Amino acid sequence: MNAPNKSGWKPQMAAAEDGLHNGPQTTTGNRALMLEEPLIFEIGTSETTGVDLPAVDANAPTRLGGLERDDAIGLVGLTEPETVRHYTRLSRQNYGIDLGFFPLGSCTMKHNPRLNEKMARLPGFADVHPLQPVSTVSGALELMNELAHWLIKLTGMHSVAMSPKAGAHGELCGILCIRAALEARGDARKVVLVPESAHGTNPATAAFAGYAVDNIPATSEGRVDVEALKARLGPDVAAVMITNPNTCGLFEKDFREIADAVHEAGGFVYCDGANFNAIVGKVRPGDLGVDAMHINLHKTFSTPHGGGGPGSGPVVLSEALAPYMPLPYTARTKDGVVHLIEEEQADEFAREHFGGELGHFGRMTAFHGQMGMFTRALTYMLSHGADGLKQVAEDAVLNANYILRSLEDLLHAPFADAGPCMHEALFGDKDFGNDLSTLDLAKALIDEGYHPMTVYFPLVVHGAMLVEPTETESKASIDQFITAFRSVAQRALDGDETMKQAPYYAPRRRLDETAAARKPKLAWEAPEG
Amino acid sequence: MRYLPLTDTDRGEMLAKIGANSIDDLFVDVPEIARLDGPIHDLPMHASEMAVERHMKRLAGKNLSAGDAPFFLGAGAYRHHVPASVDTVIQRGEFLTAYTPYQPEIAQGTLQMLFEFQTQVAKLYGCAVANASLYDGSTACWEAVAMATRVTKRKRAVLSGALHPHYAQVVKTMAQFTGDEIADSAPAIQAEPDIDGLIARIDDETACVVVQYPDILGRVSDLSKVAEAAHAKGALLVAVNTEPVALGAIKSPGELGADIVVGEGQSIGVGLQFGGPYLGLFAVRNPKHVRQMPGRLCGETTDAEGKRGYVLTLSTREQHIRREKATSNICTNSGLCALAFSVHMTLLGERGMRELAAENHRLACFAADRLDKVPGVKVLNNAFFNEFILMLDGKPAREIVREMADRGVLGGVSLGRLYPGVKALDHALLVAVTEMTTEEDIETLATELEALVKEPAQ
Repeated sequence: MNAPNKSGWKPQMAAAEDGLHNGPQTTTGNRALMLEEPLIFEIGTSETTGVDLPAVDANAPTRLGGLERDDAIGLVGLTEPETVRHYTRLSRQNYGIDLGFFPLGSCTMKHNPRLNEKMARLPGFADVHPLQPVSTVSGALELMNELAHWLIKLTGMHSVAMSPKAGAHGELCGILCIRAALEARGDARKVVLVPESAHGTNPATAAFAGYAVDNIPATSEGRVDVEALKARLGPDVAAVMITNPNTCGLFEKDFREIADAVHEAGGFVYCDGANFNAIVGKVRPGDLGVDAMHINLHKTFSTPHGGGGPGSGPVVLSEALAPYMPLPYTARTKDGVVHLIEEEQADEFAREHFGGELGHFGRMTAFHGQMGMFTRALTYMLSHGADGLKQVAEDAVLNANYILRSLEDLLHAPFADAGPCMHEALFGDKDFGNDLSTLDLAKALIDEGYHPMTVYFPLVVHGAMLVEPTETESKASIDQFITAFRSVAQRALDGDETMKQAPYYAPRRRLDETAAARKPKLAWEAPEG
Repeated sequence: MRYLPLTDTDRGEMLAKIGANSIDDLFVDVPEIARLDGPIHDLPMHASEMAVERHMKRLAGKNLSAGDAPFFLGAGAYRHHVPASVDTVIQRGEFLTAYTPYQPEIAQGTLQMLFEFQTQVAKLYGCAVANASLYDGSTACWEAVAMATRVTKRKRAVLSGALHPHYAQVVKTMAQFTGDEIADSAPAIQAEPDIDGLIARIDDETACVVVQYPDILGRVSDLSKVAEAAHAKGALLVAVNTEPVALGAIKSPGELGADIVVGEGQSIGVGLQFGGPYLGLFAVRNPKHVRQMPGRLCGETTDAEGKRGYVLTLSTREQHIRREKATSNICTNSGLCALAFSVHMTLLGERGMRELAAENHRLACFAADRLDKVPGVKVLNNAFFNEFILMLDGKPAREIVREMADRGVLGGVSLGRLYPGVKALDHALLVAVTEMTTEEDIETLATELEALVKEPAQ
């Protein structure tokens, strides 16, 4: 039993050791509504199925080239009621936005309107094949054009490559456009500059595009060190990748100056658009000198995160890069019309509008991109309108600053004096002065009923905690979170050792991640015997 | 504005707490030149739920959906029946609105599902380990080539001519930037794939051979000879599958000797969706290759009370830890599509999967026999699963497909569309048949073809 802590808080599980609340072990392992659920392989059988299909005629002739499967696949089935129950039980072991506040910095977990889901399921969008004759999909192409129009207008850019499947895929697209444009002018530059605070995808992307990566330090204010960056520019630098607003939650004040310097040195500016949520309708990245920027539709335009995807990462491009984007893409002509361009129209379109041959670098994915996400994003854009999207940015920034100012007296806020934060507030654990860490605070927040904030990112802050409320939280919800967060932070400052065992009330206690990696078990295996 | 809970009173109180006079005080770091003060031209103001629905339904109504026409398209995207409970499950908010499971104690639902999904995919592919999904089949195909170059430390990939041309394009797109060499060839219109020709292209510099199974012409052929030849030269065999339902009827690629098996999972649970989001499947036969895999992996472990639980694992391969030395820059997966796949696969089970495959094949055989009888139409394939090539007399297949569409029939994918500029393929039509196809639909296609192939080429 741990020594009582200064704040006097005691977890109920520990109290149970006194015999006060110690219920009996249940036979099933269940705890009333918290139900344990076996794997499908432990409850299903090879005979069971949840679909009614015609019976197999074992003697029917086949034309499978002699490759008929003669052994069992090894799958198991459940009936429909068993299937629904299995997944419903599993769902109850998950936290989601529908359950509560999800303050993940840099990840923008906002409300997912169900109208988006309903529209994406209209058969005219959901039940259409990517290779249907163009005459039968004019509505789908119109939808892509309309979304492209919004993206172009909101960012002040020239064109948009629609096909990237997710944010990181969009980064790759943007960097490859830059490389294709440089190669077109016979310029074989070798290096991409990436600030220290960048997402891990930025350096990985640059490496996959064949570039060496050089890091640029941050200032003590949490912004890119402009002088260091300028000093590193030269004829070998292909591009600079900058996140704006950045991952310290700050607006890069000197972005235009940086962009001008990069352009003057013959390079291009890639902007990681993961945090577009904070400036949509308020700032057009095109006005800042951006050449390429991906937009995580799920973050800014509320397509659901789905426990890890799918994402969608269209890339907006400057006029200089537009001729080099992958197919298919949408481009805006001088008359303001947005066109969807596939292989067949590409050369003619390029001659007419780019004044020459198309320099596109190829195809990044089999089909048109994440159509199901386009539908959801456009639904959200139309619901908010230009006025609503501006309000989105303002409320997101207001909520984040409110959190920053409500916690900075208690927690180390390294950049609180560097200006207002944008969509997220950043704290660190260096004031704890004991052996408790950000991880312990995060796990204790779980017991309070919250999904923890982003932890240990950005790497430039010790024990970083990145809190992003988004615009869809009410003041009451944020106030309640602040109260809970303050209480947990106070316990951490007080050295409450019981936090090391948190969470107490989640479906699982702390999981042994080291053991999982040391001896990986990545698939179910039938028990021996 | 129905999604924004702050009232003006709230906003005033919050600004006061912050010590700001107005919201503009929070945007002081944005330079004047970049501030957008007025409304954005050419974009509408906010709209009611009803108005948005009207607009979206108008757009949707302009498309001919697959369910409203006799439908025969395949070529990497297939129309299968999705049981109603699949969509019900994936719309549960705890799955739909959950984040990536980086906090495993409150993400066991997603994690256990991914562990089950990995097991289902590994078994279907005849492999030891599958990952927790990638974007789609085509990008998974590139990731497999990239992985093979890491494993073998060689830079040359030999692509079968019968690999989906869009997949081959994705591989070539990426290879031009990484410096990998891709040996490609055009598909030959013949009943059997040219296996000896493919084997002849494998040499001591080859990192991997990439074959599609069943291939882009719908042909099913034994991979084991290619596997042996590849292994003899120290190369890996990458097998690509775009129709997972086929694996309910034919031997798994792993059993035939493929080292990396990748594919598109869209057929099971996901739906057509005009090309995305889809579901990239990725598996390896040899467990020792696990540390070179791209993407997320979910593993079993125990919690502090000794209870079984699941976590994302082996993340030192991944971009957020390894940065520029990562096995891939991929940061997400297709989590919700993986859930749809897994739920559908659980409903099917061993028995349903076999029955579904058998029904697809039975109908495809029926269709091939019927269409082969149409004057001027010839079935190319000796062997196929649910997709095959029709050689058409008269006009190019592209024109015939367009004209059929005008008459409300979605009659297949012309190879001319997939290979623009390759004249030899102009008269080939790729036709897919699934359990959704009726015998009446097949009769309609036969009638349309009979009318259209008779008309002389212009």
